[in-house]
Amino acid sequence: MSGATVSDYDVVIVGAGQAGAQTAIALRQLRYQGTIALIGDEPELPYERPPLSKAYLAGDKSFERLLIRPAAFWQEKAVDLRLGCRVDAVDPAARRVTAADGTGIGYRRLVWATGGAARRLDCPGAALARVHSMRSRADADRLMSELPRARQVVVIGGGYIGLEAAAVLVGAGKEVTLIEAQQHVLPRMSGTMLARFLEAEHRSRGVTLRLGTAVHGIEGRDGTACGVRLASGELVPADLVIVGVGIVPAVAPLLAAGARGGNGVEVDALCRTSLPDVYAIGDCATHANAFADGARIRLESVQNANDMAGTVARSIAGVAHPYYAVPWFWSNQYDLRLQSVGLAAGHDLAVLRGAIDARSFSVIYLRNGRVVALDCVNATKDYIQGRKLIESGADVRSDMIADATVALTTCLQSECSPPMRSHIRLTNGR
Amino acid sequence: MASLIVTTRDGATRPLPADAGLSVMEVILDNGIDELLAACGGSLSCATCHVIVDPAQALTLPPPSEAERELLEGLDQVAPTSRLGCQIAFDERLDGLRVTIAPES
Repeated sequence: MSGATVSDYDVVIVGAGQAGAQTAIALRQLRYQGTIALIGDEPELPYERPPLSKAYLAGDKSFERLLIRPAAFWQEKAVDLRLGCRVDAVDPAARRVTAADGTGIGYRRLVWATGGAARRLDCPGAALARVHSMRSRADADRLMSELPRARQVVVIGGGYIGLEAAAVLVGAGKEVTLIEAQQHVLPRMSGTMLARFLEAEHRSRGVTLRLGTAVHGIEGRDGTACGVRLASGELVPADLVIVGVGIVPAVAPLLAAGARGGNGVEVDALCRTSLPDVYAIGDCATHANAFADGARIRLESVQNANDMAGTVARSIAGVAHPYYAVPWFWSNQYDLRLQSVGLAAGHDLAVLRGAIDARSFSVIYLRNGRVVALDCVNATKDYIQGRKLIESGADVRSDMIADATVALTTCLQSECSPPMRSHIRLTNGR
Repeated sequence: MASLIVTTRDGATRPLPADAGLSVMEVILDNGIDELLAACGGSLSCATCHVIVDPAQALTLPPPSEAERELLEGLDQVAPTSRLGCQIAFDERLDGLRVTIAPES
């Protein structure tokens, strides 16, 4: 029935998260006149995800305050929202996407902004009741509805989501154990100075950390989780389990349609995939990043979602401009404001600036004498000034940057050569 | 209801109904003014909700925190009464507050 329905749009955006929503917003800001559909698989209006594991989980912010724009906005801007609609297939020859219910939607340009799905544990008990991911509002609401009855919470995964959730829940009086398979938290980050500080901070607040600890499975009673069995055989009792072990990019329909990719879909500097007039942005887009020395990476961040949305919108609106944006990221845990800028992968030196004991410091990462990234804890000035150093690409006096009494921007020692834009390929093999 | 008086980048000025408990950034976004990126959602990690408060009223506001001042100092263009909209909690006492959305940086 509905399978026969075909509607056509100039721009179809699949994924109504940060990247998708921002694409529609940016197109209208550029006075783009074409028709736009914004398709999301969740029932909610586009919302910000970062607070789900922070202020929303803590009950400090209502869902309405997470909306990227108020409901009326989308109508005023003539953006057709199709919510609760999952796109299962892309036909690049017919220029059409097909939703799970069979509805066909035609496009002139397709923007794939689906992000990813929370990675599930591949172990016994992963599907038991009271085992939760933290990716969507629905995830957070389910978890929060069970919190009043929960005393012992086990968090699996010591990345940002796990750490943020642990901070909120221990603050809410829960007995929290955080299990991380690697020897330190933030396993996907390259440095350990920040990790060690955060571990001490979480322990001092009452979180039990189990590092270098593999999970064998989740034990259940009557279909409900009751504990986490470690590889050592030990059982950690739990009446609520939170799994924060990253995401799997949601790109299967695009790859099935022939787009180049694997862990994400490959895009060029204009966020074009290898399929004609199909773009991909945000968490699911593998791109050559100037601030990773041209390496192909995926960036899971609001910054990348917003900036790639801008790149695609300009491209569609006829004012194309390659993607070139300093990566930045933030996290809040307890009273700690963590701000990161740049990409630390491949650094050859990590310098501590400021005093860890004073809970205000930065870790500065250098490669070949240049600042490539900073992790700042309650040190916004370093975050701001460090960003300028990264952008400048200048050599710095590594003997000076550790001295927190000297402004970072005075530690330059040579001519600047900003991160190479030439690393960015303007074509994607076409 | 109290109102926030906003001047947008085209120079137009209009009063917006403002709920107490929201930030100036949220009031602006909720009223359909689409000139703030507000990238970090009020987490004090960007400076994309930059507004300039009417100088005659700036002192009626609680002063900016150190972190807010540092973010403002990082902007290329900053006025003496520049603030981050996310850091001004709107309440009845701020009825009639006048802010101008800062030029795009």
